[in-house]
Amino acid sequence: MINGFAREAEYTVRERPPFVSVALISAGALAYELLLLRLFSIIQWHHFAYMAISLAMLGIGASGTFLALLQGRLLPHFRTFYIACLAVFGPATVGCYALAQRVDFHPEEIFWGAGQLLHLVIIYLLLSIPFFFSGCAVGISLIRYQKRIPMVYAADLTGAGFGSLILMAGLVLVFPLQCLALVGLIGVCATVVALCELRMQPRLGLIVLVAVITLPALIWSWRGELLISPYKPLSQATRVVGARVIEQLSGPLGLVTVVANDVVPLRYAPGLSLHAVTGPPPQLGIFTDAGNMSAITASSDKSPANHFDQLTSALPYHLGQPESVLVLGAGGGSGVLQALRLGATQVDAVELNSNVVHLVGTRFQEFSGGLYQRPEVRVHTGDARGFVAVNRKSFDLIQLNLLDTYSTSISGLNALGENYLYTVEAFQSYFKRLSPNGYLAITRWLRVPPRDALKLLMTSVDALRSIGVDNPKERIVLIRSWATSTLLVKNSAVTSTEIAALRHFCAKRGFDLAYYPTMPRTEANRYNVLRQPWFFDGATAVLSDKSEEFIAQYKFDITPATDNRPYFARFLKWRTVPEILSLWGQGGGALMEWGYMVLIATLIQAIAGSVLLVLVPLGWLRRRHPQQRSVSQFQLVICFAAIGLAFLFIEMVFIQRFVLFLHQPIYSAVAVLTSFLIFAALGATWAHRFSQRGRPAQGIVFAVVGICLIATSYVAALGPVFNLFSASSLLIRLGVTSLLIAPLAFCMGMPFPLALVRVAAVQPTFVPWAWAINSSASVVSAVLAMILAVHFGFTLVVLLAMALYVLALLSLPKNGQRVPWA
Amino acid sequence: MIELIRQDVIETSQFIGTEKFDLRVMSVMARVPRHEFVPKEERAHAYKNRPLPIGHGQTISQPYIVALMTDLLKVGVSDRVLEIGTGSGYQAAVLAELVREVRTIEIIEPLGHSASARLLRLGYSNIHSRIGDGYYGWPEYGPYDAIIVTAAAGHVPPPLLAQLRPGGRLVIPVGSRFFVQDLLLVKKNLAGQLSTRQILPVRFVPLTGGH
Repeated sequence: MINGFAREAEYTVRERPPFVSVALISAGALAYELLLLRLFSIIQWHHFAYMAISLAMLGIGASGTFLALLQGRLLPHFRTFYIACLAVFGPATVGCYALAQRVDFHPEEIFWGAGQLLHLVIIYLLLSIPFFFSGCAVGISLIRYQKRIPMVYAADLTGAGFGSLILMAGLVLVFPLQCLALVGLIGVCATVVALCELRMQPRLGLIVLVAVITLPALIWSWRGELLISPYKPLSQATRVVGARVIEQLSGPLGLVTVVANDVVPLRYAPGLSLHAVTGPPPQLGIFTDAGNMSAITASSDKSPANHFDQLTSALPYHLGQPESVLVLGAGGGSGVLQALRLGATQVDAVELNSNVVHLVGTRFQEFSGGLYQRPEVRVHTGDARGFVAVNRKSFDLIQLNLLDTYSTSISGLNALGENYLYTVEAFQSYFKRLSPNGYLAITRWLRVPPRDALKLLMTSVDALRSIGVDNPKERIVLIRSWATSTLLVKNSAVTSTEIAALRHFCAKRGFDLAYYPTMPRTEANRYNVLRQPWFFDGATAVLSDKSEEFIAQYKFDITPATDNRPYFARFLKWRTVPEILSLWGQGGGALMEWGYMVLIATLIQAIAGSVLLVLVPLGWLRRRHPQQRSVSQFQLVICFAAIGLAFLFIEMVFIQRFVLFLHQPIYSAVAVLTSFLIFAALGATWAHRFSQRGRPAQGIVFAVVGICLIATSYVAALGPVFNLFSASSLLIRLGVTSLLIAPLAFCMGMPFPLALVRVAAVQPTFVPWAWAINSSASVVSAVLAMILAVHFGFTLVVLLAMALYVLALLSLPKNGQRVPWA
Repeated sequence: MIELIRQDVIETSQFIGTEKFDLRVMSVMARVPRHEFVPKEERAHAYKNRPLPIGHGQTISQPYIVALMTDLLKVGVSDRVLEIGTGSGYQAAVLAELVREVRTIEIIEPLGHSASARLLRLGYSNIHSRIGDGYYGWPEYGPYDAIIVTAAAGHVPPPLLAQLRPGGRLVIPVGSRFFVQDLLLVKKNLAGQLSTRQILPVRFVPLTGGH
């Protein structure tokens, strides 16, 4: 075996590694990972998509294990094996997805019985197959070209960096399912390039063979159909008699579908007063990713949309006379239409998704009564937080209305999505844009017992105090219907006239008062009666001097979200879980926060899978090389697991942190991911010098010191840098993002290949095993980073990553020593 | 199943406002063959206290919730009940055993047809079903003593409230297909005024130690 490795090492000196095909297959794998997230977010729910795809990534770890076990047999047939992996990748991406979407899996049902678990495992296995082959291709290259590990790794990272860019371009140009063809084509390209790079014969015949194998898959993905879960809102809407899909647009922010129904009209009027005489006029439903729904309401003199006055969100129009209104998250334009109907003379609407703006403003302009063409309306496409930061205008009313879909809000599926709209810092920026007597109004779906409403109250109080308001409770009003709650925060004290108007507004519509300054308890809980006046009691408690005690005792987490921990929708406290589980039979499951529980389940499965993938080759290697049992191998696990964990910790935090700076999650994901991968590739390339000089440890020391210095300075300086450039153009901000990431990513690209070089030097048979450890740790890391960020904030995750890099450095095998057994 | 429901009622008595369900409701819950209303592949679970999928993205609620909703309606033998969202027909069958007449409307055609055939086969002659838009109710046969809306859409359709008889009750489960968060009970008094209660079906208080 050792002789075999020595012989292979000779090849690596003479033969140029297939850099381009390695880069291409890595591009394909990353594009496939991101595309699966998009596809499964459409056909299933986002968090289950996240779980399925995270675990499928263990396919890469499995490739390391596979190679560790069979490297001796595979290396002599390197070219055939390598080409075969690339050739299978293309059709596998399409074929495995096509099969996976046919698996009858219903996420919510999984909590009622084990039957669905088997289906979930089948999905994991199917989706992991393409990752297994891409992992095998990269892994076998690292083994074969051990003298050039940093360069092969750099090719891998560079390809992955471009993979994210290619996919984003694809999502702009074609529908998500058709992007699968794009990924499949990348696989074909990788194979063809590899045939040339490795001078395989008969080249033409092999190319034709690859094309023939892949063609049916590509045709399917171009003409196939997404099988959307029957429980998703779009499926529910289209199953109704008379429903028609009249438009569908694809983009990086989601697949937008418009549904019309003349037979059974769509009626979207969340929390409509029971005293309302009529419902909404004709509407079109806009579904994003087959889920999140908003409505375009027909606006004309014949259909006056009077229902807008019968919603809790109408409150600010009755307390004052807001003339200039800012609607954040405009969606189908309901908030804009409501503002105009209730007397606003100037409405600014901000909507993130340009496709939604196009639908309301252009495609269905006639249906919406030219809503976005009206002289009083100005529409801004972009992120709400970014708009507020840049715009200097002041408004009489800033509104955020029901930005989450009902089912995801109620089931807690959004618990882990970062959301910078409901943080203390966001509220501070809203208050800055309010006119002296202006209102901030936030409407949320009602959850019983109260969660969102109380957290919003706490957030308001913290934000008001931070800008020097001594008595925040004088400025706050909270009301609720049976389905929604509306919080009003005024930029000055609420007056007695406004309180009188508030009482009148609620009494006329049967809405409950939950809080206003000096409100007596007897006024609470009159119309939509709960067992206790929970909303009033909670509001009074969080606004009292004993709020900390109340928050500690409350069974849900209602501490305010901040930019460092922007998880507004996360309410679960661990100590409440046993009680909720004990109430399962009575329907206690509704109190659970499924998004969070799914993440925990993902972490447990990822750890279990990783341990398995790491231990399997360990046992084999021990049996195979019993003569090496005199020394410890624990170090090696620590070293590569630490590097894998640390890299993704920092990458994940930066993707979420830069959303605030780039104002769009998709820009952040692409810019941060691409920058990290490309600059890490440059770092890996530079690391080759240390490798050539036989001083990999020196390179790792350099990198770890660099990472610690840069990351520490970023913990302190990122906020001010963001503020400095917040008003700059997107191009400049993208440039700043790359510049900020460049030095950090450059250093982060060095430890893994250099540590692998060290392993190759002391024990070449362990190279694939180290690859498996690192890949598996990366899967665990992505999930763990989110959990840690939810609990402790981004800063702590970055600090932990630094500690892990130091740990990796300390656990490097000593130079010239064989890797020791435990 | 019945014993489980009974235990849940005792545990949640303070929350749902009753020490025990109407004996007639419990008797009907024991009598109606739930396995007839679920797909064949789910029959093994038919008498477990859990919701079950019935196809087309719809579910049959967990028995405890069905019993609770039925009990909240406080129906009498001579009552006429309207149901929006037939689903499998199980809730309609439970109600039909307690009242004079049930009218039920399903918006999804295949579900409505199969439920209608099933109810006919099981001999429920006092259930009248149709496919259509439940938003406007079934005014020709109103007003109704009780209305149950199992397919709520964020708001209570005003036409349904208009078809509720003074002294009548309307119940809506609020939540997702598999998890009911709370039940909205709307009561119309004899003067035609509406009042609502939101009933948490579980024994849960949000503060440690309760209050």
